[in-house]
Amino acid sequence: MQHTDMLPRDTAVQLIDQNGAPVADEQYALPEADVLLQAYRGLVEGRRINDQAGALVRQGRLAVYPSSHGQEACQVGASMVLGDADWLFPTYRDSVAVIARGVEPADALVLLKGDWHSGYDVRAHRVAPQTTPLATQLLHAVGFAQAAKHRGEDTVVLALCGDGATSEGDFHEAMNFAAVFHVPVVFFVQNNEFAISVPLSRQTAAPSLAHKAIGYGMPGQRVDGNDVAAVLAVLGEAISRARDGGGPSLIEAHTYRMQAHTNADDDTRYRERAEVQEWVARDPLQRLRTHLTATGALDAEAEERFAAGAEEIAAAMRAALNTDADLDPEDLFRFVTETRSSQLEEQWQLLRDEIERSQLETEGHR
Amino acid sequence: MTIAHDDMRTETAERQVTTMSMAAALNRALADAIESDQDVVVFGEDVGALGGVFRITDGLTARYGEDRCFDTPLAESGIVGTAVGMAMNGLRPVVEMQFDAFALPAFEQVVSHVAKLGNRTRGGMRMPLVIRVPFGGGIGGVEHHCDSSEAYYAHTPGLTVVSPSTPQDAYSLLRAAIASPDPVIFLEPKKLYWSKGEVDTSITAEIGTARIAREGTDVTLLAYGASVSLALEAAEVAAAEGRSVQVVDVRSLSPFDDATVTAAVKSTGRAVVIAEAPGYASVASEIQARVFERCFEFLEAPVRRVTGFDVPYAPPKLEHWYLPDVDRVLDAIDTLHWDEDV
Repeated sequence: MQHTDMLPRDTAVQLIDQNGAPVADEQYALPEADVLLQAYRGLVEGRRINDQAGALVRQGRLAVYPSSHGQEACQVGASMVLGDADWLFPTYRDSVAVIARGVEPADALVLLKGDWHSGYDVRAHRVAPQTTPLATQLLHAVGFAQAAKHRGEDTVVLALCGDGATSEGDFHEAMNFAAVFHVPVVFFVQNNEFAISVPLSRQTAAPSLAHKAIGYGMPGQRVDGNDVAAVLAVLGEAISRARDGGGPSLIEAHTYRMQAHTNADDDTRYRERAEVQEWVARDPLQRLRTHLTATGALDAEAEERFAAGAEEIAAAMRAALNTDADLDPEDLFRFVTETRSSQLEEQWQLLRDEIERSQLETEGHR
Repeated sequence: MTIAHDDMRTETAERQVTTMSMAAALNRALADAIESDQDVVVFGEDVGALGGVFRITDGLTARYGEDRCFDTPLAESGIVGTAVGMAMNGLRPVVEMQFDAFALPAFEQVVSHVAKLGNRTRGGMRMPLVIRVPFGGGIGGVEHHCDSSEAYYAHTPGLTVVSPSTPQDAYSLLRAAIASPDPVIFLEPKKLYWSKGEVDTSITAEIGTARIAREGTDVTLLAYGASVSLALEAAEVAAAEGRSVQVVDVRSLSPFDDATVTAAVKSTGRAVVIAEAPGYASVASEIQARVFERCFEFLEAPVRRVTGFDVPYAPPKLEHWYLPDVDRVLDAIDTLHWDEDV
């Protein structure tokens, strides 16, 4: 590959514009209608999951929820490009991608509900635990892909992060290791313009985040993160290249975080409402709906079916999260290490005695 | 340095007993682990062609290939972070941190992920990886080459922290660390790399156990790593002065062998903890506190600590003043309320 071929385009790849009209592209083909229809269904479900999670925070059922409202095209795209043997390495904001990969919503939200740090079977779904420290999981993704290569497995790893994470040292080390060892990993940066309150201009002076790729010796590309067709095409190509032994790449999606960082954050302190409003017009759902309706792929019946499906997911989320899990205090000690030390055994006995005493007191008061 | 332990091996019916340096014992343990388990991979900075700055990985790349022992970019977080990913995907990585203070860029990976992934995933993803850290001073190294960082690791739930003080333990403990399903911080006392002793490769060590390094009845010295050799030296001098000194090699800093340590201190009624690290909020403090809690009624005197001072590790020409030495240990022993003084 020529060095200049590693450079991203000056503008992000877009296959459906914000009015729903297809955009011709020499390099990337518009996905088939049935793929786009499946993606649309994913977007509808993703939006509903984001909305429902927000409501559950207000009801006190989730401790916190970092919404991906507005970024659903990235989330759904990330899930759809992966094969069964591939792995996803998500962050805390990627719950919709995790759910789109097949994890039950209630299991994906255990971390945010507060029952445990991760609530799904990572191996069954081939989804690593969602990480909270930034960029650290990118190195795990590289090591995972390196092990897959070492063992001759046909596994590609997709690692997600945000724009803020690209400032971290681990981002640099992950890019560098991936390129040096030429491993099958794709880095997918969802550039949503803010790291909590700090804008992209304070994260980097680079022409784009995708431009960082060439410095490591891997191709970079920019994609319209609100155009799921473009996300599928660009990510899909990167995944295929990695699978064929072409090594890692860096994809930057240009998108926008429509809501605050989490419910604990006040985004009116750092951005104008007019800016948020501008992005409403670029909404990933609306443009695909317009496109699919115009081509006749989406009709009222399908719309209703998708909406009903999303409503079912939301109802299941409400039901699951309105139920308090039966939490076992011994779990605190159960998973620290494979073998429980005498120190932990003593501490568990102490807690067990405390619990038994408080139960006896409660019974005594009755 | 060439490692010629193969020339010195003496064959018996079942055992292979060889005299070798601690460095050679560690090298042998890595080689045997690579041979016996195809999932074991060794990597880090300079571990390939050079064989490591202390030659612990000498010859491994040549013998087993780049797939099993390889150099990485110079990035400690990258080394540990990719090891985490490899462990997630079924390998057993053994990584080298070159010098203790050089491991600090990897600290977030160690604390936030290595230590916690098994717990976060409710056992769904174990972390069977080993982080080898040359630790401690006494070799005349310049700054950042001689620190003792064991308290940072021992303070972190989920990490197993061990340190050998003999070639035999270096071999057996490293094999046990690599075989462990839990992540192990393996602290190699630099000062003892060239110390020699017999190694029987059929001897296995159980992580979490202390070792009685010397029998004695008057006072118990509790030490680990390079401080064990200091304790043994002090015990010899004290013996010449008529005191019978027991030495316990704590060996496993986390988990800690309360049973052996408690029984040892109860048997003598007096104890001194010896370690190179600054004493404030240290592993030595923890050992001292545990002994007080468990042995108070058996104690004839307060448990003392002999540690490094609470200063940044000393430059080479001052380190002899910083490091605990025989005199300091003997002075501590002398304060233990001996009856003959009354």
